[in-house]
Amino acid sequence: MDRRSRDLRRRVVDAIAGERRGHLGPACSLIEIVRTLYDEYLHFRPDEPNWPLRDRAILSKGHGCLALYAILADKGFFPLADLPTFCAPESYLGGHPEAEKIPGVEASTGALGHGLSIGVGMALAARLGGGDHRVVVVTGDGELNEGSVWEAAMSAAKHQLDNLTLLVDYNKLQSYGPVHEVLGLEPLLDKWRAFGFGVAEVNGHSVDDLRRLYASLPLESGRPSAIICHTVKGKGIGYAESAPEWHHKARISDDELAALYQAIEEAP
Amino acid sequence: MRKSALNAVHQLAQQDERVVFVGSDLGAGTLEPMREEMPERFFMEGISEQHIIGMAAGLAMEGYIPYVNTIATFLTRRCLEQIAVDLCMHNLPVRLIGNGGGVVYAPLGPTHTATEDIALMRVLPEMTVIAPCDADEIKRLMPQTLEWPGPLYIRLAKGGDEIVSQAEAGSTIGEALLMREPGRVLLLSTGIMTQRALQAAELLAAKGINTGVLHCHTVKPLDIKQLLALLSGIELLVTLEEHTLAGGFGSSVIELLSDSLQPLPPVLRMGLPDRYNGGYGSQNHLLTSAGLDAVDIARQVAQRINGDAPA
Repeated sequence: MDRRSRDLRRRVVDAIAGERRGHLGPACSLIEIVRTLYDEYLHFRPDEPNWPLRDRAILSKGHGCLALYAILADKGFFPLADLPTFCAPESYLGGHPEAEKIPGVEASTGALGHGLSIGVGMALAARLGGGDHRVVVVTGDGELNEGSVWEAAMSAAKHQLDNLTLLVDYNKLQSYGPVHEVLGLEPLLDKWRAFGFGVAEVNGHSVDDLRRLYASLPLESGRPSAIICHTVKGKGIGYAESAPEWHHKARISDDELAALYQAIEEAP
Repeated sequence: MRKSALNAVHQLAQQDERVVFVGSDLGAGTLEPMREEMPERFFMEGISEQHIIGMAAGLAMEGYIPYVNTIATFLTRRCLEQIAVDLCMHNLPVRLIGNGGGVVYAPLGPTHTATEDIALMRVLPEMTVIAPCDADEIKRLMPQTLEWPGPLYIRLAKGGDEIVSQAEAGSTIGEALLMREPGRVLLLSTGIMTQRALQAAELLAAKGINTGVLHCHTVKPLDIKQLLALLSGIELLVTLEEHTLAGGFGSSVIELLSDSLQPLPPVLRMGLPDRYNGGYGSQNHLLTSAGLDAVDIARQVAQRINGDAPA
């Protein structure tokens, strides 16, 4: 793990340090996905968050927002010093992201299964308005249990929205347990292909592989793209990796906090 | 009423390039002239109601004004979360046009009747709820929806409903329409119950009970100011709605009157019982069964006024 991935994970823990709570595992599986998006792919202006020509990114798995906050603060949408206010009473950084409050957040998410539909609307609007900006939606894997995702998928394919990309954070673990036991998704790539998407899968922690894939978007002309990102929940924090109890954690102690920082530094 | 509403969407789209239409799987030929004239702003997305709310939200976030149309109960019951989160939390100008509010779809059974839609929509912050009484009124209200801030639910009736609204009286979103001056009784009605309220008021007047009618096409925000101004001398206030009594129009009237801390007359709420409609028949048949035809409304009001109502 390189320095930048470690630093972004440290920022996630900085945010958790304030109120001693948060969705740590779902954020850590996302770090390289959002890092490469904001470092390599998306066009945006932190000092003009509503710049009309910006690319739109929606974190449909709103509970992964600590990763989003870490990268948005890193890019200067809001001060890094605000991260520890996460979930504090007067903070604008809630346990799920709210568009009206946080610069750089396009849609309020957290109720699962909403993001892809909003992305379809935005991608249609881009086409209607003659814009060539791109729309990216990041969903969780458990989130794909929601039927509304598949309604949106049919609609995206119908409209041949090749300006729309779906990234699935496939960390194989949902709140109750392993995805394949709770409500299996396989064959996931085939499902998206069958729904009319150009598809690819990637190691969602490989910055190089993600970068290469983003550069080849759309995967197929005239089709929306779906990239299945194979990830590890809690990636980078050894004892929290693939551990259901770290999906959401409250009452994190001083010792646990110190252990989190240490684990990030020691991650292979 | 539906045809008038949808024709108005087409006209608004001709005036304003921000207007788009989003339907689910509507009847063949719906809004065909708009589809032919501006196919890029006409979307028919299939039986995916949750999705079309989110899609409309995405379009609205980018500056468009989507008019979404499908059967009222599928919009409101099925999509409550999408409407709350995607539309109301973002305060987006999406217009939901619900076909067949109330028991219009009586023959198709309780899966298709929208008897809780007003309750579901009015509890959502930012949401405006309107229920016009006839096709002429919807024609007058639709142009106002273009610039109305925030999300809007438009509850439509069957179509072919008797025309009782008058052009010279006007119809303005947020303002109740006094259609008959109150005497001892004031009937408050919304949607097509206004037709029945007017007929009942005639019957009551013939019995010597002067009765007014305030048509509240806007259920939320309710025109509480005008209502309070009409209360002096009223012995009985009656609310009439094609909706269950739980949480609907009558409930909102009582809540707001109570919050006003004014001395209030007794209020009789008339609507559908707290159960899913049994039996099929027609809209009229179900309304009559629920005691909501003009003769029965007049009878119940007279009983109350004469003090011989059953407890």
